[in-house]
Amino acid sequence: MAMLEVKNLDISFGGLRAVDDFNMTIEKGCLYGLIGPNGAGKTTVFNLLTGVYKPNKGIILLDGKDITGKKTIDVNREGIARTFQNIRLFKDLTVLDNVKVGLHNHNTYSTLTGILRLPKYHKVERQMNQKALDILKVFDLDKEADVLAANLPYGKQRKLEIARALATEPKLLLLDEPAAGMNPNETQELMDTIGFVRKHFDMTILLIEHDMKLVSGICEELTVLNFGRVLCQGKTAEVLNNPEVIKAYLGE
Amino acid sequence: MSKTLRSNIITVGLVFIAYIGAQILIATGSISSLMKGLLVPLCVYAILAVSLNLTVGILGELSLGHAGFMCIGAFSSAFFSKCMKMFVPDMPGALRFFLALVIGAALAGLFGILIGIPVLRLKGDYLAIVTLAFGEIIKNIINILYLGIDEEGVHFSLKSSLDLNMADSEKIIINGAMGITGTPNDSNFTIGVVLLILTLIIVLNLIHSRDGRAIMSIRDNTIAAESVGIPVTRYKLMAFSISAALAGVAGVLYAHNLSTLTALPKNFGYNMSIMILVFVVLGGMGNIRGSMIAAVILTLLPELLRGVVSDYRMLIYAIILIVMMLFNWAPKCIEWRKKATASVKARLQKKSAAKEVE
Ligand SMILES: Nc1ncnc2c1ncn2[C@@H]1O[C@H](COP(=O)(O)OP(=O)(O)OP(=O)(O)O)[C@@H](O)[C@H]1O
Ligand SMILES: [Mg+2]
Repeated sequence: MAMLEVKNLDISFGGLRAVDDFNMTIEKGCLYGLIGPNGAGKTTVFNLLTGVYKPNKGIILLDGKDITGKKTIDVNREGIARTFQNIRLFKDLTVLDNVKVGLHNHNTYSTLTGILRLPKYHKVERQMNQKALDILKVFDLDKEADVLAANLPYGKQRKLEIARALATEPKLLLLDEPAAGMNPNETQELMDTIGFVRKHFDMTILLIEHDMKLVSGICEELTVLNFGRVLCQGKTAEVLNNPEVIKAYLGE
Repeated sequence: MSKTLRSNIITVGLVFIAYIGAQILIATGSISSLMKGLLVPLCVYAILAVSLNLTVGILGELSLGHAGFMCIGAFSSAFFSKCMKMFVPDMPGALRFFLALVIGAALAGLFGILIGIPVLRLKGDYLAIVTLAFGEIIKNIINILYLGIDEEGVHFSLKSSLDLNMADSEKIIINGAMGITGTPNDSNFTIGVVLLILTLIIVLNLIHSRDGRAIMSIRDNTIAAESVGIPVTRYKLMAFSISAALAGVAGVLYAHNLSTLTALPKNFGYNMSIMILVFVVLGGMGNIRGSMIAAVILTLLPELLRGVVSDYRMLIYAIILIVMMLFNWAPKCIEWRKKATASVKARLQKKSAAKEVE
């Protein structure tokens, strides 16, 4: 069964059809790319998948389960986690606490346990610290655990967002332009990390990216979006050689 | 020992030291009766500042009606205690006060939930507007509220004490603008300090727990918090109602320190809410210890200055306000403070390293 199946998704803002009859199937374990020119509707697709917007039409199946129209919180509990194009960290919390917020629904104790500092509080907090540090290690952020998120350099902030999303133990990870603003070295390193995450956590990943090198380097399949519509879909190499795609997106 | 634990111990320790200091001053008779009268209000204001900081600094929502919750706590508990004094005179004072405390906190918290449910769902500064109105409404309702209990049952009016139709005017409990007289004086400085410490423990432990992180994540970025599965409305309500309940506790403490409780603009109105907000902003939003210290300094200051330079009292008060604000918020000052603490730390480390060599 496919991890994600999207059928006939539609949304418009005023007169603008931002996403128009959108279909996509992502197999379990796949690293899938969503590309397209500026304003094509890529981020809007993410917002539809995560319940930020409700589609006018269409259905979204996650691992066979219908999650169309669910609230963002519930979508996350069903197993979709995301990062944002414009970074959204908890900037006045430490790096460690950012990840621990991601663990919120998996390691629990009651409010009273927290206020009274009952033994369970200490036990669960210890587990959370350990889990959070393990995730941070993957992104080489464990040494900055006590730094405020706002004080991290840009590239590391992007990584921390991925770490926080992973902490929610998703089935499907959505990355919105993870390499935006990174230099070639950082991008290369990020590609390696994404590859590692996928193997290590057995993760299905959908990513939006402008960096063609990154896309062709790691994505197995692609969907090209143009003016809200699917222009082309399929194996990365085939899509990138499609003359229409070259014309619309990659330019002459 | 973790950094936060140490910081929490310092905060509670400060209260303890101040308490011992005050007791020594009282024992040696070197404290004016005016100052003595300020001891319980100091605890009241500190509790108010700490609890408001939970809403403003930790949750990141502006509330302009904190005095309204205090008012609810004060009047409901005073009402209870006076009834008990009248009808169950041999109830021990400690038990009476404890029950009054529970009632005041619960009722204030309940009002917090009632206001929070419609308002906290909205994005924007609606909470500020609604709480502002709430504070004024509560104060004004209490000013026209007449309530008495006698053999015939409960008498109630919103017009005048005569409309209560009571034979014995002694049995009027809430007498409109004249408020409640004869509340038993069940609270004192020691109880105030205990309640302040309890408030600190509740707030600090909440902040440094799973729930506290969720609340702060909403403050920092609501959309991101939702995306990692944080139930935003639930946590907003939790923080706001705990903050309201603790303001209720301050109200109970306040009411049981006075023999006459009236709802004046000065003690329960908009002015009071703004003053608590000033404590929080000057002490540092999200900085619990800071808001407590600001409350104490700004309450003591006008009285201390009265003795020294009575003519320029308010001028000096204003200057100190400005200096505190600069110290806490000016970028240059923040930088300087960081450098200063870093150099002190470095020096301490050198010393301890030197000792180890020896
Ligand atoms: N909430 C909204 N209200 C109105 N219009 C919107 C809204 N969100 C997106 N749009 C419009 O929908 C279109 C698609 O936007 P979207 O952000 O999805 O593009 P994108 O493919 O992510 O572009 P980019 O590469 O620049 O990130 C744009 O024309 C945008 O202005
Ligand atoms: Mg986008």
